Amino acid sequence: MGSKTPLYKKHLDAGAKIVDFGGWDMPLHYGSQLDEHHAVRQGAGLFDVSHMTVVDIVGASSRDFLRRLLANDVARLKQTGKALYTCMLNDAGGVIDDLIVYLLAENRYRLIVNAATRVNDLAWIVRHAAGFQVTVEERGELAMLAVQGPDARRLTAENLLDIDRNSLLALKPFSAIEQDNLFVARTGYTGEDGFEIVAAPPAILALWDRLVEADVTPCGLGARDTLRLEAGMNLYGTDMDAATSPLEAGLAWTVAWEPADRNFIGRAAVQTARDTQELQRFVGLLLESKGVLRNHQRVVVEGLADGEITSGGFSPTMQRSIAMARVPAGNFTHAQVEVRKRLLDVRIVKLPFVRNGSVLVE
Amino acid sequence: MSELPGDLQYTKDHEWLRQEEDGSVTIGITDHAQSALGDLVYVELPEVGQDLQAGGEMAVVESVKAASDVYAPVSGSVLAVNDELADDPERINTDPYEEGWIVRLQPEQGGEHETLTPDEYQTLLDELDG
Repeated sequence: MGSKTPLYKKHLDAGAKIVDFGGWDMPLHYGSQLDEHHAVRQGAGLFDVSHMTVVDIVGASSRDFLRRLLANDVARLKQTGKALYTCMLNDAGGVIDDLIVYLLAENRYRLIVNAATRVNDLAWIVRHAAGFQVTVEERGELAMLAVQGPDARRLTAENLLDIDRNSLLALKPFSAIEQDNLFVARTGYTGEDGFEIVAAPPAILALWDRLVEADVTPCGLGARDTLRLEAGMNLYGTDMDAATSPLEAGLAWTVAWEPADRNFIGRAAVQTARDTQELQRFVGLLLESKGVLRNHQRVVVEGLADGEITSGGFSPTMQRSIAMARVPAGNFTHAQVEVRKRLLDVRIVKLPFVRNGSVLVE
Repeated sequence: MSELPGDLQYTKDHEWLRQEEDGSVTIGITDHAQSALGDLVYVELPEVGQDLQAGGEMAVVESVKAASDVYAPVSGSVLAVNDELADDPERINTDPYEEGWIVRLQPEQGGEHETLTPDEYQTLLDELDG
């Protein structure tokens, strides 16, 4: 028996198939993962993401602390509510976790980190907070929903009664507003527009009911995974982990090298790797034939070392198999993947595959 | 609750067999199996005319979640495969016992049939649920 979110009973009532995810009993799907996926690309879908960990960093040196803790630079957050995607690195330059940091107010930031990495993350954050004037507050009492899809913002604004509708609709991408204990961010993990909402459980339960009433489709972790794969978004523990450099996980853009004197944890190691090593590429793969690419399958490149699929699956939007993979450096555009002892042709493509309902690769 | 047609035989690997009047057997996967796999997105079928050994790989069904082997419940030669599954693998989800059939085999003479009756298979499912 795992931990349960405040929405657990709603999932059972909606016919969810429940699976363990990082110690949480979470919905995998409510009948058809494919239908849920299409609902998000074409209309609006609703995800319980209350298992994710919300951590507020508060105090006079919160900015200085986060500029040390995170590989991206929170000094880039100039306006209240702005968000930044970043990695938290270890001293060897490996990824401890990926997260979103929001500037809530002067000296107050919110981190949303992964569920499966919670214990390790918190220990790391608390340990490095020593010596800074900050408090680390885990907000485990809050619940969280994601509403995603082309209709998601309109439907959320119509059904989230405690907040002014116009200020919600005026929210820019990668920005958040906070009112009392209600937090709404225009962020997500699907490649579609939408909101993520953090609030106390009663408000979240009421919003869930209203959105379901408004025909927003409840979606499970299965659809969440195929949506994020199409969107070329990394999954921690699958596409990267503590032994992976962000530079070999498609995350170089999240490392803020400037200013050069900002000494974030892991900087020396990733900088040395950048300057001295031939780095593997992190790419998209498109299967040219029928079949399904899966995690850990071997990528064979003529004349070069093998690569490996980090996330593979079937794209419901493209109706073919796609993958994300780490492959050797080089300018090749084609490779092969070993699928049950046979080599199948794949094409190397730039990520993402799908964004805002449109397929971006040919 | 899965509904089990009474005129079929079953295997512990969650396949069903229908004895046809001409001596051939039609094979598919059970409702329990399709439900556990989730939405199917690809089915790899054997060649017509191919000889299969009981217990050997006969087909592969792939769902959004995972790939799963389907084993030949009896030795025999492939008479027909359900080509419709190439474009519409979800037939196995929507109609596992009829439109979602996978392979028709001509069993080998004297080939062994180690199958379960509907009641025996139901007992197996109850144990899995328990």
